[in-house]
Amino acid sequence: MEEIRLIEVKENILSDNNAKANELRDRLRSTGTFMLNLMSSPGSGKTSLILRTIEALKDELRLGVIEADIESTVDSEKVASRGIKVVQLKTGGFCHLDATMVSEGLDVLGPQDLDLVIIENVGNLVCPAEFDTGAIKNAMILSIPEGDDKPLKYPLMFSVCDVLVVNKIDTMGVFDFDLRAFEKRVRALNQNIDIFMTSCKTGEGINSWVNWIRNEQKAFSTLA
Amino acid sequence: MHELPIVKSIFDICIKHATANNANKILSVTLKVGEISDLQDQWIQRYFDFLSKGTIVEGAKLIIKRVPLVMRCKLCSESFQVNINERKQVECPRCKGTKLAYVSGREYIVENLEIV
Repeated sequence: MEEIRLIEVKENILSDNNAKANELRDRLRSTGTFMLNLMSSPGSGKTSLILRTIEALKDELRLGVIEADIESTVDSEKVASRGIKVVQLKTGGFCHLDATMVSEGLDVLGPQDLDLVIIENVGNLVCPAEFDTGAIKNAMILSIPEGDDKPLKYPLMFSVCDVLVVNKIDTMGVFDFDLRAFEKRVRALNQNIDIFMTSCKTGEGINSWVNWIRNEQKAFSTLA
Repeated sequence: MHELPIVKSIFDICIKHATANNANKILSVTLKVGEISDLQDQWIQRYFDFLSKGTIVEGAKLIIKRVPLVMRCKLCSESFQVNINERKQVECPRCKGTKLAYVSGREYIVENLEIV
């Protein structure tokens, strides 16, 4: 009878991805490219916010977009129609992007010629929160129709983000959304998160959001 | 849906450590998974069985230890367990403070392997 041995492992399951994400950040530092990972539920306005951001920044920064979609290329076509470098990653059923996929996308874009890369992650508040993409900052959108209880249902997503965009504020009168309770729930999980209120439809609040990106990009590329 | 890539990582870690320890077979794998993660136990085992077919890991039992979500109040240092599904507001039960830090609940660790 063979002896049963118990071996201690204590290894983080995500350590491979985390290591790849750190390598990717080193690469971005060397080219001074600020990469932002944008996450949210489907239909909360990721593509609309990216298009608004492109409009505001395309004359001052060299932009690139990494689009992740399980199947379609609808979003990347919208971005490409604005004359912006875009790469479409088909995740083939995967619910999130990981650092390896993003790194491959970045190779196609050529980060040495870019100041700002925005990743449009797969629409989902669960899985993308678990996987570090190698981005410099993480952003999420929560749109008013989704409801003010989402921080309680998806605490990890609200915890890992540096910035939160509350979108579709033009619909505030139609939905029963308690903004004060919402903000309190978010801050309990993440005290330092920056919060912006926007409407991609009317353009309200877009300037403040764009200014945040502008400042973050500048700070990053100066350090790099 | 993200169980498959995570199970692949678990599988790779098992093979690495089993090989380093000259194991003929892995009997069990103990994981520590924080409650805040959305992994479904039954799917982890199913994917694991699928990936491990024909390897020294085949037939290994996954033992998943869930680590409760515990937060600490930054104001009064009280640590408390949080049941996300039952609360409308996450706050310190002692001083009602809402500036909180994670103590546990986000773990994603292969703890140990039983091998022969």
